[in-house]
Amino acid sequence: MSTALQIKNVSHKFGEFKALNNVSIKIDSGDFTVLLGLNGAGKTTLYSLITRLYNNNSGSIKIHNFDVREESSDALKNIGVVFQQPTLDLDLSVEENLHYHSSLHGLSFADAKERIEEEIRRIDLTEKLKNKVRSLSGGQRRRVEIARSLLHKPKLLLLDEPTVGLDIGSRQMILKHVKSLCKKGELAVLWATHLIDEIDKGEKVVIIHKGEIVESGDVLKIVKKTKQKNIRDAFNKLVGVKV
Amino acid sequence: MKPIIYLRCFKGIVLREALRFFHQKERFFSALVRPLVWLGIFAAGFRSVLGVAIIPPYETYIPYEVYIAPGLIAMIQLFNGMQSSLSMVYDREMGSMKTMLVSPIPRWFLLISKLLAGVFVSILQVYAFLIIASFWEIIPPITGYFTILPALIFTGLMLGSLGMFLSSAIKQLENFAGVMNFVIFPMFFASSALYPLWKIEETSEWLYYVCFYNPFTYAVESIRFSLYSQFNFEYTAGIVIFTVIFLILSILGYDPARGSLQKKGGS
Repeated sequence: MSTALQIKNVSHKFGEFKALNNVSIKIDSGDFTVLLGLNGAGKTTLYSLITRLYNNNSGSIKIHNFDVREESSDALKNIGVVFQQPTLDLDLSVEENLHYHSSLHGLSFADAKERIEEEIRRIDLTEKLKNKVRSLSGGQRRRVEIARSLLHKPKLLLLDEPTVGLDIGSRQMILKHVKSLCKKGELAVLWATHLIDEIDKGEKVVIIHKGEIVESGDVLKIVKKTKQKNIRDAFNKLVGVKV
Repeated sequence: MKPIIYLRCFKGIVLREALRFFHQKERFFSALVRPLVWLGIFAAGFRSVLGVAIIPPYETYIPYEVYIAPGLIAMIQLFNGMQSSLSMVYDREMGSMKTMLVSPIPRWFLLISKLLAGVFVSILQVYAFLIIASFWEIIPPITGYFTILPALIFTGLMLGSLGMFLSSAIKQLENFAGVMNFVIFPMFFASSALYPLWKIEETSEWLYYVCFYNPFTYAVESIRFSLYSQFNFEYTAGIVIFTVIFLILSILGYDPARGSLQKKGGS
């Protein structure tokens, strides 16, 4: 199994504030890994470093063996991202948004059209393709963003709090969809969240708190190691707060 | 990376900007209303106050409306450049800028494409303005409609890259009002857009030098000469130099390893 994402000893500061401290994470192809942490734990900073919005000055970040800093183009080719903030253009149609993204990855119009049809079918929004994004619900917009992030067939999908602000139905639909994407074994997913109920038994979790990785591994292993009943209690114990 | 990949990316960025422009009709109208208010009201009020001598490229005495038309064209591009560049960082466009910056295509290419897309939109606005301005008898020689085009590309690129540099460098400009007060108005008023430089020199020497070295003056004068199918080396060279400087600064500003994005992004 190949390594989709390898982060080694990455630290990051904003002035005097240490947002990340010696973070190391490894994710294999086909893994669905949850990056669990409270708001302000450093999840978004870590995503900004992986996607090279910020530069990592310490340690290394590799995506399928391509260093984000040294071989950024090859590294970024393999990443699909769903940012915490909505990033679709509300005044354009779903199709126009998706074509724009395809062009940013250099896809031909014919290839893009084919992939857009495929991805939009997969998220069950074919009938909304010509609609303006503004007319879509929050859940539908998120699903479009996920479809968009997959158009260039990335090997690593990064989602930063993708279900925040959505109703329970939309949350579950999105979660189920993304988990199903990993099943084929080609796509690795890093799903950042502060919502513990999004984690299932048998999944991999990386717990981040105040910029440090406090625990990582299978849910069951972490529960056992912390001698707690479930992952919620284990998380509470590890970060010292009650959620 | 193959050239066709760059071409597709460029096409996509320009097409998106054009679609946004056509979808947001109010943006188009407000871009046109602004210079027309200056032309219809301000110029009408000032035409009797300010007399304009015969200065190149004009060969005869001209009404004040004719004099300020190039300045208003440059103003369209100035607003457009500031609006499209600054909106990249603020409000809802922030997200779309992020999606652009995580593209595997080199960042300098993405930024230049984005700038050129903005220039393309500003040129559409300028031609719409020129059509309406003909009702005020601002009618350049027919060749002027063609020879203005290269000047518009360069001036648009210069003003857009200035906006892009500001958007990467200045944290505190939280809204457009700040940009109006500290960038657009000083640049516009301290230039040859509304009055010829010799008039300013008569009043204040230091202000004359401020106006003389203001990049916006170079934009206005390049447009003025090209609208009358004349080429002025000094102004054209100035535009090219300013464009190169602002472009380099904005590309550095958006380079995560070096620029102000790095300062914002921590270390």
